[in-house]
Amino acid sequence: MNVLVCVKHVPDTETRVKVAADGLHLDLGEANWVVNPYDEYAVEQGLQLKEKLGGEVTVITVGGDDATKSLRQALAMGADKAVLCSDPAFEDADPWSTARILAAAAAKLPCDLILSGKHGVGGDNQQVGSLLGQLMGIPVVTVVTGMDLEGTSLMLKREIEGGTEVVKASLPCVISCQKGLNEPRYPSLKGIMAAKKKEITAWKAADLGLDPATLAPSFQLKKMELPPPRPAGKILSGEIPDQVKELVKLLHDEAKAI
Amino acid sequence: MKVLVFAEQRDGKLKKASLEAMSVGRDLADATGGSAAAVVLGQGVAGLAEALGKAGAEKVFVGDDALFAQYSNDAYGLAVGKAAQVFGAEALLFSATAMGKDLAPKVTARLGIGLLSDVTGIVTEGGVLFRRPIYAGKAFATLAPQSGKPFGLTLRPNVFPVKDSPKAGEVVSLDHGVVPGDIKAVVEKIVTAQGELLDVAEANVIVSGGRGMKGPENYKILEDLAREMGGAVGASRAAVDAGWISHSHQVGQTGKVVSPGLYIACGISGAIQHLAGMSSSKVIVAINKDPEAPIFKVATYGIVGDLFEVVPLFTQAVKAMKAGA
Ligand SMILES: Cc1cc2nc3c(=O)[nH]c(=O)nc-3n(C[C@H](O)[C@H](O)[C@H](O)COP(=O)(O)OP(=O)(O)OC[C@H]3O[C@@H](n4cnc5c(N)ncnc54)[C@H](O)[C@@H]3O)c2cc1C
Repeated sequence: MNVLVCVKHVPDTETRVKVAADGLHLDLGEANWVVNPYDEYAVEQGLQLKEKLGGEVTVITVGGDDATKSLRQALAMGADKAVLCSDPAFEDADPWSTARILAAAAAKLPCDLILSGKHGVGGDNQQVGSLLGQLMGIPVVTVVTGMDLEGTSLMLKREIEGGTEVVKASLPCVISCQKGLNEPRYPSLKGIMAAKKKEITAWKAADLGLDPATLAPSFQLKKMELPPPRPAGKILSGEIPDQVKELVKLLHDEAKAI
Repeated sequence: MKVLVFAEQRDGKLKKASLEAMSVGRDLADATGGSAAAVVLGQGVAGLAEALGKAGAEKVFVGDDALFAQYSNDAYGLAVGKAAQVFGAEALLFSATAMGKDLAPKVTARLGIGLLSDVTGIVTEGGVLFRRPIYAGKAFATLAPQSGKPFGLTLRPNVFPVKDSPKAGEVVSLDHGVVPGDIKAVVEKIVTAQGELLDVAEANVIVSGGRGMKGPENYKILEDLAREMGGAVGASRAAVDAGWISHSHQVGQTGKVVSPGLYIACGISGAIQHLAGMSSSKVIVAINKDPEAPIFKVATYGIVGDLFEVVPLFTQAVKAMKAGA
């Protein structure tokens, strides 16, 4: 069982953002960059499958050289191989370009299953896993919180509004992983040492047979803003029962929220 | 611009979010001098065309087939792609619901076009611009489609109004070409969560509880309030991690990002990851015994007090108000 796991290198969720001087991008300051939290479930799932069935786990990312930090983290958790798709032409990659880069790379990395996180925090697109599956012509099951594999047959649970969908699929396919699927492990000291020695393969656009001209973003960024500050609120005072009465009155008369 | 809206139904009922999307589609078509259509898939769903016509669809492509009785991204992906081709869609709109987010990228990848997720604002003067939150709402990006190129959008539910804009809603039977063998990932069944309360992603009122709830048994007081308001129960990650409530209720950067009309935070401190997920709510009420809690910085109204005293009184007061007292 060979598993390919897509990971993204992202600023952690504590990050405070500012608009950059160009008015188009974000200044992330001294953000701490980490493996996208949802991708940790994907890496963990890959490792559990390998432990049960043998084979290899390869992690792959599209990003700059700094993204090797996240690849090392996944290697330290126990992944066997890592691939960095990095090229100046990939710098502005949107989900559609990212998926095409990953599809070109996946074609060179035969595997039985592709795992990704539910979405990448920051961009919040929730697209790449689905786009990748469609490009590769294999089934896609997203937002997966439970997975049973028997032979090549999969029973998956996925989250929908107010419930769970139970989906049957078979390998090969793409699965996007949601919290609840497993508890990601922490790398062991031994794992961290071993990861330092593992090789990271680097592929550029030319290695993947991609023409940079085709990777332009589908939408053009025009402006970046912070949300408007919320107007100062009212902190009520007095006895609690009176405050509650006033609150309901305000919600009804002033805010028209009930 | 020719705008095609995917109209989502479950159990034969149109989602409100789909009517919101239809209204956006109508506006977009009018602003750009085009036309708007909808595509609806399911079994016995032709009757839904009327409501879509009322919200602005000139045509409604109906795929009425047992193959669509249960949602699958394979069958729906093919059929919506087909409808887009038949109509010559230049803009393809979905709601950013569980189904819309699963389906939209399948369709746009099939058509080889770009997709913008979770759009919360549209400007149509002097060219078309879309606004969407990134970093779970810590920032907003405004983007323009590449001129002359078709594109897809998913629209955040509960953000755009449903407008009455009657058009013909002419039913066109969709020659979808889908065969059973196309369905590779099969939905075997849907297990609905207990209780009749809404999902936080869909609700217009959310009553959320955090670590201050102290234990799973206490969520009942939030459910009572939520039921009284026709809303949903949400939670902070601390409450989810404690195992008091399932992750599907989590609001925040690694939970659901919501913008309801009213968000009531009970015993939630207001960590940056939580604020990211709910700060765009129209009205925010904070109930917390710590006056310094950061949640008060985003609150429209705040009560500094013990939630176990405040929430039951709140429920009673809403009940009394509804009874016309
Ligand atoms: C990678 C990552 C992702 C995260 N994603 C999310 C996310 O998506 N959503 C999220 O919510 N968090 C998220 N967090 C966690 C976040 O940092 C906070 O830890 C969490 O939001 C705290 O939850 P809380 O406010 O319920 O708990 P606390 O911060 O412990 O606050 C409890 C509050 O309850 C009040 N309280 C206690 N008892 C009472 C009472 N009887 N009456 C009234 N008030 C009372 C206290 O005054 C306090 O303000 C994430 C963290 C990380 C590292």
